[in-house]
Amino acid sequence: MTSVESPGSQGLKKEVEVLDEAIIRFAGDSGDGMQLTGTQFTNTAALLGNDLATFPDYPAEIRAPIGTLAGVSAFQIRFSNFDIHTPGHRPDVLVAMNPASLAVHIDDLKVGGVLLVNTAVFRKREIQMAGFEKNPLEDEAFLGHYRVIQVDLNQLTKETLKDSPLDSRSQMRCKNMAALGILFWLYNRDMESTFDEINTKFGKKPDVAEANIKVIKAGYNYGETAELLQHTYKVEKADLPKGTYRNISGNNATAYGCVVASKLAGVSLFLGSYPITPASDILHTLSGMKQDDVITFQAEDEIAGICSAIGASFAGRLAMTTTSGPGVALKSEAIGLAVMTELPLVIVNVQRGGPSTGLPTKTEQADLFQALYGRNGECPMPVLAAATPSDCFDMAIEAFRIATKYMIPVMLLTDGYLGNGSEPWLLPNVEDLPEIKVEFRTDPEGFLPYAHDEKTLARPWVKPGTPGLEHRIGGLEKADGTGNVEYSPDNHFHMTKLRQARVDIIADDIAEPAFMGDRDGGDLLVVGWGSTYGAICGGVNLARKEGLKVSQLHLRHLNPLHKSLAGTFSKFKQILIPEMNMGQLYTVLRSEMPAMNMVKMSKVMGRPFYNDEIHAKIQEMIG
Amino acid sequence: MTTTTKPDPEQKLKAKDYASDQEVKWCPGCGDYGILKSVQKAFADMGIPKHEVAVISGIGCSSRFPYYMDTYGFHSIHGRAPAVASGVKLANPKLSVWVATGDGDALSIGGNHFIHMIRRNVGLKVLLFNNRIYGLTKGQYSPTSEQGKVTRSTPDGSVDTPFKPLALALGSQATFVARGFDIMSPHLQTIIREAQAHEGTAFIEVYQNCNIFNDHAYDSIVEKKIRDDMLVHVEHGKPLLYGKDLDKGLIWTCNTLTAVKIGDFDEDLGREVTLEDIVVWDAKDPNPTLAFGLTQLREGIDPTPIGVLRAIEGPKSYDTMVHEQLAQVQAKKPARSIEELLHSGKTWQV
Repeated sequence: MTSVESPGSQGLKKEVEVLDEAIIRFAGDSGDGMQLTGTQFTNTAALLGNDLATFPDYPAEIRAPIGTLAGVSAFQIRFSNFDIHTPGHRPDVLVAMNPASLAVHIDDLKVGGVLLVNTAVFRKREIQMAGFEKNPLEDEAFLGHYRVIQVDLNQLTKETLKDSPLDSRSQMRCKNMAALGILFWLYNRDMESTFDEINTKFGKKPDVAEANIKVIKAGYNYGETAELLQHTYKVEKADLPKGTYRNISGNNATAYGCVVASKLAGVSLFLGSYPITPASDILHTLSGMKQDDVITFQAEDEIAGICSAIGASFAGRLAMTTTSGPGVALKSEAIGLAVMTELPLVIVNVQRGGPSTGLPTKTEQADLFQALYGRNGECPMPVLAAATPSDCFDMAIEAFRIATKYMIPVMLLTDGYLGNGSEPWLLPNVEDLPEIKVEFRTDPEGFLPYAHDEKTLARPWVKPGTPGLEHRIGGLEKADGTGNVEYSPDNHFHMTKLRQARVDIIADDIAEPAFMGDRDGGDLLVVGWGSTYGAICGGVNLARKEGLKVSQLHLRHLNPLHKSLAGTFSKFKQILIPEMNMGQLYTVLRSEMPAMNMVKMSKVMGRPFYNDEIHAKIQEMIG
Repeated sequence: MTTTTKPDPEQKLKAKDYASDQEVKWCPGCGDYGILKSVQKAFADMGIPKHEVAVISGIGCSSRFPYYMDTYGFHSIHGRAPAVASGVKLANPKLSVWVATGDGDALSIGGNHFIHMIRRNVGLKVLLFNNRIYGLTKGQYSPTSEQGKVTRSTPDGSVDTPFKPLALALGSQATFVARGFDIMSPHLQTIIREAQAHEGTAFIEVYQNCNIFNDHAYDSIVEKKIRDDMLVHVEHGKPLLYGKDLDKGLIWTCNTLTAVKIGDFDEDLGREVTLEDIVVWDAKDPNPTLAFGLTQLREGIDPTPIGVLRAIEGPKSYDTMVHEQLAQVQAKKPARSIEELLHSGKTWQV
């Protein structure tokens, strides 16, 4: 951390502290526009060249009663001058737009951190609703822990917009922009890109655009003029790999991956889906991609979502369905149908807290067993998991590559944390993308609908409408070759083994899991899957800097597992498996490799792991 | 989308050309045989190329149908045929997509898909084999079984109120609604041909006898001797007359369809009924009130309507509109290369 002197706008000398990273959490009522404010700050950070990670944390209720604890919505961004993998844990700055958001989030704020509060709503009623006995802003002991900026954002907004043609309600909606302006001042951010974005977004409503921009400027100027804090901060550009970047959320990355897979395959995409939190954004994004020949079908329920996709796959489209855990439960019979009919299909599960309706807006990774085993009969299917928001892109392509090559449904697991979280994404070179080769059978000569390729065990994919290849498929057991209904004991056993073998052989066709550390081995290997990647990476890095002999291995293919695992595991004295569940991957790996010394680490709180939690566990085990 | 399959009499396909090589495994004497024959015959008459047909089914006796048709076929899971078929039709609107389903499959486990398929008006042709019983699970009552029915799961008689499938379809805003009989093949073939020509969802209820678990279910209305008096043929542009001498008919008085005999005194009219009083059927009437009235006639007391009750012209099918919308967007915005797609958002250089 270094200090530099920089001239302020009025020629005053102001101290600017240069930081490696900062974490800001915007918290307010559901209607306060915190997600938007956070996103706006994020876009600016991205354009300024920081590495970043975000974590939106919003309530399941669309608009819980104003001022209640249940209605608090938050958005955390961590931005830095180095490569980061998680949105971090404790914020350096907490923006609390009302007493309830202060109550929910204050315990996370670092001691000595900056607390920006909107004093306008620290009224008796709101303070009581937040569960405070007295106004925390009048509590000297409380205030002593933090550097508190108290601003009446309502008043600031009102005064700024006194000449605006907007009605007072619309004016008040801009108050989050005042907070944004103060944060821009605090971190010495350039605001031009934000203004551009607002002008584009409200192109048809210039009054609204102007009001938003005015209020941001007012917030910035207020910070500067009132000298709210002695220091302001600067976080320089990150030294990221060269190339073109865009900011991307996991759900958008999934959508893009699927469309790119369709372009690589030369087969148009079909999505059959039913809205469900936190997966709906994939449906929204794909619905807007008709120009890329995407058909989206918002079905009457989860079952129709997948069944329409199965129908579209039968008819020769690249088909997919998107959902979350409760939806997968409803789709499981249809997944079995896709396994039985040997049709390519991608099922995306953006996992959330369960069981049942559970915690719709909170993250969890407790659907691994469901993905692996949650169907009747012997019903194996490949299961993949994305590790970061941008990795959702790669894994969506991988899912379709496997589905079409092996004629099999594939489950792709992401989660709410990945789906809603975002990060800068280094755009890949098109030449580096994998090949997806789809050939529809058109030759009637010797055609058998259930003839299986020697290498891939895939049956031919035929588009209805092709002369001479009329055939029937269905959920009843099929005879190898002809595909006729066949109940004989030997055939059933043979087909059961064939369906398993088709999954097993994929193990020879997948990339080795990501590994960080010492290939030769060491005291501890931390093994993860899915969205825990960033936190594990952070925790392992901290421990390695302390000289601990710890490495990281991260799985993106959960079924089949890569064949190198046993060899890698055997080089380490202990294996730690942190999961946002009660130990599902742990159980799978234990049954595969019973001799290894594995330890599970569970967190089922609707929240992701933090670097420091992983770090502490590593220290506990080998420190 | 209007099925582009043009009947091609030159090809001269015969009914047996539509039969697959699979042995038909319905119980001997089952009404399903008659329906299968009618479909194959009607397809042959229309000359629909076999490869342009996809038959999609759910689960149940009726849903074995695709295996016996030498077309593309998909025997899916219980109740979900409309959803699977919707996906097929959206993926390739040029196909003639038929749904084979039963009273349990379509109206019980698949009720939700059934009503949504109809309200969307997906260009599917639906054959609902209504035998008023669960056959494949060996004889439980179905959602169309009459109240009081004694079955293996209702030893003291069913207390369930049955669905009237045609009323349900009309309530779901069906654009084509018809009813036929397994044993009246030429009549059923006519309906099948009209369904094929219809743009949106064409719903056909087929009264079908299950000679194992619900034998004689329709004898009281379709036995040859009484048929003329118990069935009224509904045909567009023709009066709703029935009876061996066509001396009976339906009149519309007091917001209801009433069965009358021509020449008899009618209290609501206050005079003798004449031929002019008989409702002349308009299957193209956008208002479904009279069609709904037909579905409310009391079976066994009033004549049971058969034929095409409703076939309105105009509404586009769901798949037509989906593909029109695709084309409209694509006319304005050309398809992107992968490179263009990846760079489509706000990007920056490092």
